[in-house]
Amino acid sequence: MVETLAVYRRLIGARIRSQYQYRASFALFSVGQFLTTFVDFLALLVVFTHVRQLAGWSVWQVAFLYGLSGVAFSLADVFVSQVEYLPDHVKGGTFDHFLVRPRGALFQLCAEEFELRRLGKLVEGGLVLALACGRVGVHWTAARIIVTAVSAMSGAVIFGSVWVVGAACNFWLIDAREVVNSFTYGGNFLTQYPLPIYGVVLRRILAFVVPLAFVSFFPALYVLGKHDPFTSLGFVRFLSPLVAGATLVVARLAWNAGVRHYRSTGS
Amino acid sequence: MTQELIQLRDVTKTFTVARKAGRVRRRFEQVHAVDHISFTVAQGTMVGYIGPNGAGKSTTIKMLTGILVPTSGQVRVAGLEPSRNRVELARRIGVVFGQRTQLWWDLPLRDSFDLLRSIYRVPGARHARNMAAFTELLDLAPFLDVPVRQLSLGQRMRGELTAALLHDPDIVYLDEPTIGLDVVSKAQVRDFLTGINRERGTTVLLTTHDLSDIERLCRRILIIDLGHVIYDGDLPTIRRRFGDERTLVVDLEEAGPPIDVPGAVVDRVEGSRQWLRFHGHQLSASELVARVAERVRLVDLAVEETDIEDVVRRIYLTGRS
Ligand SMILES: Nc1ncnc2c1ncn2[C@@H]1O[C@H](COP(=O)(O)OP(=O)(O)OP(=O)(O)O)[C@@H](O)[C@H]1O
Ligand SMILES: [Mg+2]
Repeated sequence: MVETLAVYRRLIGARIRSQYQYRASFALFSVGQFLTTFVDFLALLVVFTHVRQLAGWSVWQVAFLYGLSGVAFSLADVFVSQVEYLPDHVKGGTFDHFLVRPRGALFQLCAEEFELRRLGKLVEGGLVLALACGRVGVHWTAARIIVTAVSAMSGAVIFGSVWVVGAACNFWLIDAREVVNSFTYGGNFLTQYPLPIYGVVLRRILAFVVPLAFVSFFPALYVLGKHDPFTSLGFVRFLSPLVAGATLVVARLAWNAGVRHYRSTGS
Repeated sequence: MTQELIQLRDVTKTFTVARKAGRVRRRFEQVHAVDHISFTVAQGTMVGYIGPNGAGKSTTIKMLTGILVPTSGQVRVAGLEPSRNRVELARRIGVVFGQRTQLWWDLPLRDSFDLLRSIYRVPGARHARNMAAFTELLDLAPFLDVPVRQLSLGQRMRGELTAALLHDPDIVYLDEPTIGLDVVSKAQVRDFLTGINRERGTTVLLTTHDLSDIERLCRRILIIDLGHVIYDGDLPTIRRRFGDERTLVVDLEEAGPPIDVPGAVVDRVEGSRQWLRFHGHQLSASELVARVAERVRLVDLAVEETDIEDVVRRIYLTGRS
């Protein structure tokens, strides 16, 4: 494990060094990422200049959702979203090289395509989350802090799994990029707002199919001490780690099946 | 004791490809890239794996490395099933795909070796020892600090070979390692491979379209076409079976009609020079020379072996008919 981390550090180190020559554009990109996502947050504040509450959620409660979702999403964005580039590596034949080395192919792919600039969004999400935590007016018990932290990690796993499943489709020559994006980039947006504002179909999808409701909404019910409008089952708000575990298993199976189905290129 | 390091039993790989049929309709077709192949390779041997374009060579190598899962049949490499134990097997094999690079394009060559060292978990001392040896053998020192994308093809290929062998694999697969190299680089690569095979006992499986690679390196050759192994044996045998014809080139004192001599046929006449084709195992060259000398006055002579290219071309053609 420690050893694997060391390899990861070296690989992304190499990646960053090879991008070093484009240092100026790198700085611009990071700042750009930070700003675009920050504009998102401003939009949310603008909504609240017109309404006091959204489905019973105050501005800082929604900001908490926004921050939690942002951190979870951008953790996955920083470490896993690189699977999107799988088709390039398949076409270019470089995926073959990953397969003949004694490390996981997914691990190598994600390390190889690492981009420092994605950190911009993580910083923004973290700032908003910290700000919201200070303003939501709850008493910060150890349990609340732990649930928040665990949810961020679980949410990252859920988002990451969606990315991996989507990328694995490419092994069957199915280009699922659009569908996947609607659940990753789109899902990031969806999980910034409380679930009740969506229609019943979307709610069911987010709860049972692509379980993004467990990224921010259900854990926030506990942390913010809110009533659950959908179920009286109190444990649902603590299910995020289990749901994350389940999505991880699905992603693993899909990826492994995909690799066994991989056909390389003819030349 | 020799050990069968590589074993293929009745191995098949079929690709389903879509072919256009009409404007939008597509027809699916099965391509049998590898079609019921069986062979074994003993530890420490160098095997040339040759065949025309599209014969199934690269597909075979990809199954041996675990990149592709066979459609049917059994593959065993070093006692492991490559597609199931891919990661475990990876430590024991090295691969060069001549057509593409496994090096880090934007970084100095040296960095690629460092990264591979940690990926393969090679102990520091062993890495240093191997690096020193390869740097000397392949003359890497002048370009170790040059970014890979600036290397010439020959320099890069030397880097690829080092990358494939730094972790002391038991087996190395080389898919066209001499493609595009000049004669000097080719010779260097061949010498290097011979040395590795001799000193470390590394098993080498090599595909190439340059048959002189095979001539220099491999005792055993496997010829594959349309997914079938059509020949498996050593080079002298193949020559005897398919290419035993030799040519005696003679320069005469003066131009004349084609020489009429039993056991040989005149192929070509150019002024005072004539080419006589004869079967090597029916007639020795000296015997033929004696017979020719009885009939005409010779100024100079030379015996030419049939080009291995010719031999193999003939095998490819008979294999297809
Ligand atoms: N990924 C793939 N998808 C579809 N067909 C493939 C694929 N890979 C190989 N083939 C087909 O399988 C056959 C064998 O290809 P392969 O690459 O193994 O040949 P090869 O002997 O390496 O040829 P070359 O000397 O040209 O490199 C060819 O008909 C090729 O078109
Ligand atoms: Mg090939």
